[in-house]
Amino acid sequence: MTKLVEIVVKVRSKNAGPFWLTIDIFCGSAEAFTRVSSGLATGMVATAFKIEQQMIKRFELEELHVIKFSLPRPYVQGTLADRDMHGASYSTLLNDIEI
Amino acid sequence: MVRVLIPSGALGLGYDRDALARGVACKPDIIAIDGGSTDSGPHYLGSGTSKYSRQSTKSEWRELMAARAEANVPLVIGTAGTCGADTAVDWLVAITQEIATETGANIKVAVLKSGQDLDAMTAALEAGRISPLDPAPELSTEVLKGCTNIVALAGAEQIQAALATGADIIIAGRTTDTAIISALPLARGCHAGAAWHGAKIGECGALATTSPNSGTILIEFDSEGCTVIPMGETAQATTHTISAHMLYENSDPYILIEPGGHLDVAGARYVSLDETRVRITGSKWVPSHRYTVKLEAARRTGYQTVSLALVREPRYVAHVRQWSDDIIAKCSAKVRERLDLSAADFTLELRLIGVDATLGDLETHIASSSEVGVLGVVTAQSQSLAREIAKLLNPYLLHHPLTEQEEMPTFAFPFSPPEMDRGEIYEFCLNHVLELADPMEAFQLTTLEMAG
Repeated sequence: MTKLVEIVVKVRSKNAGPFWLTIDIFCGSAEAFTRVSSGLATGMVATAFKIEQQMIKRFELEELHVIKFSLPRPYVQGTLADRDMHGASYSTLLNDIEI
Repeated sequence: MVRVLIPSGALGLGYDRDALARGVACKPDIIAIDGGSTDSGPHYLGSGTSKYSRQSTKSEWRELMAARAEANVPLVIGTAGTCGADTAVDWLVAITQEIATETGANIKVAVLKSGQDLDAMTAALEAGRISPLDPAPELSTEVLKGCTNIVALAGAEQIQAALATGADIIIAGRTTDTAIISALPLARGCHAGAAWHGAKIGECGALATTSPNSGTILIEFDSEGCTVIPMGETAQATTHTISAHMLYENSDPYILIEPGGHLDVAGARYVSLDETRVRITGSKWVPSHRYTVKLEAARRTGYQTVSLALVREPRYVAHVRQWSDDIIAKCSAKVRERLDLSAADFTLELRLIGVDATLGDLETHIASSSEVGVLGVVTAQSQSLAREIAKLLNPYLLHHPLTEQEEMPTFAFPFSPPEMDRGEIYEFCLNHVLELADPMEAFQLTTLEMAG
């Protein structure tokens, strides 16, 4: 078992408008892509965000060696409960997932 | 062939002047730049103001106006003043007038406003012309009444109408990031899929290249595709940097929804022409049955005062959650009693910086640190009330003991006073689209002659 952050080049998260968050996992190689693609279940991401798996959209961009997840923002951007205006820190929730 | 020069990802962000000069030398047909986005939060739309400094905006806009005069082509800015509200458009129009006066320029300016008035929005809601996107906040006429600004995102059609006035400069309110780039190629019959795809690649300037800080990028559009050409001296567009840009701030990497249809890049082909240029073909534009524009709005949710204290004593750091929970309970009770308020009249929160201030209840990594920042956040229905409550919080942040039986501790306040008024607080309250019978129906286009 290895942590996701040790396998891939970068995990990036960002707002996709005020209501959505999008996470791009740049695997960097075909090997890493295959490993993450088979080892990182959408349910693991759902667990990290404490939401239902059905709320998450998953995209596999094999040519780019990228796996992308999009989900409704944990809190709408800029509301009282929101703590990260640009949503860039949510990526760290995936770093330690064991693959 | 239509050449669109994009100086940078947003006015006020800066760009490499040499790259811009190189772009002007390439004889563009139009210069297009974005003026904002929702990414910095609801404050700007809520207040109708710009995020960037006026002086910085003026200085860059003056240079772009000079570049426009040299190239002798239109200059268009979308989402003027960060949020594209009417007041933010007026702000940039005033800056433009100042520059025209100072430089002795005679220019024709088209002003496209995207602000929506309450009566029209209420009528549209009642007529069923406003539909929710996913996830959409609850919408009612009451919600609409509470909005300080409602804007509709203009697409290519409205920018084309502005271009058709023959204006030298177009200052547009809220538009989609891409419409200011795609409008001219589409009007001149370039490939529609390529017009929107190239626009998406170019909307952040050189961000889609190996040298994001160079800012400037040129895109050539034709009847079959488009070619992306970075203007920075060492900037390169590669098939990877270009294709990866569709991921950026986009929830679906293949689809981009615009007024009047959507872009589908699933079949796009990317080819490196040489070390710096990438050719894109195969993107598809799919027109929709209805013409809809996205709506954005912000409403005031209260006023805030924040306080900052620092906890350094190891025993308090070790038990900081217990300490802060106790403060919340005791201080909230005191606020209700002293100010005769109910629990619904205010919120009082302590965010523990160094513990979980960023991720809140999603945090799994509780590391021990030598100190903890305690950010008190008070929200209430007036600034004076928020400040009163924050003043009631003050003695706790300064002296609250972990147990009753111990010497009174004193924590670190970095400022005097520790309370800072944050002013009005806003939130985004629409994620909806508005159906239009005519693309210009929800927008106002006027022209001005400015004489130096």
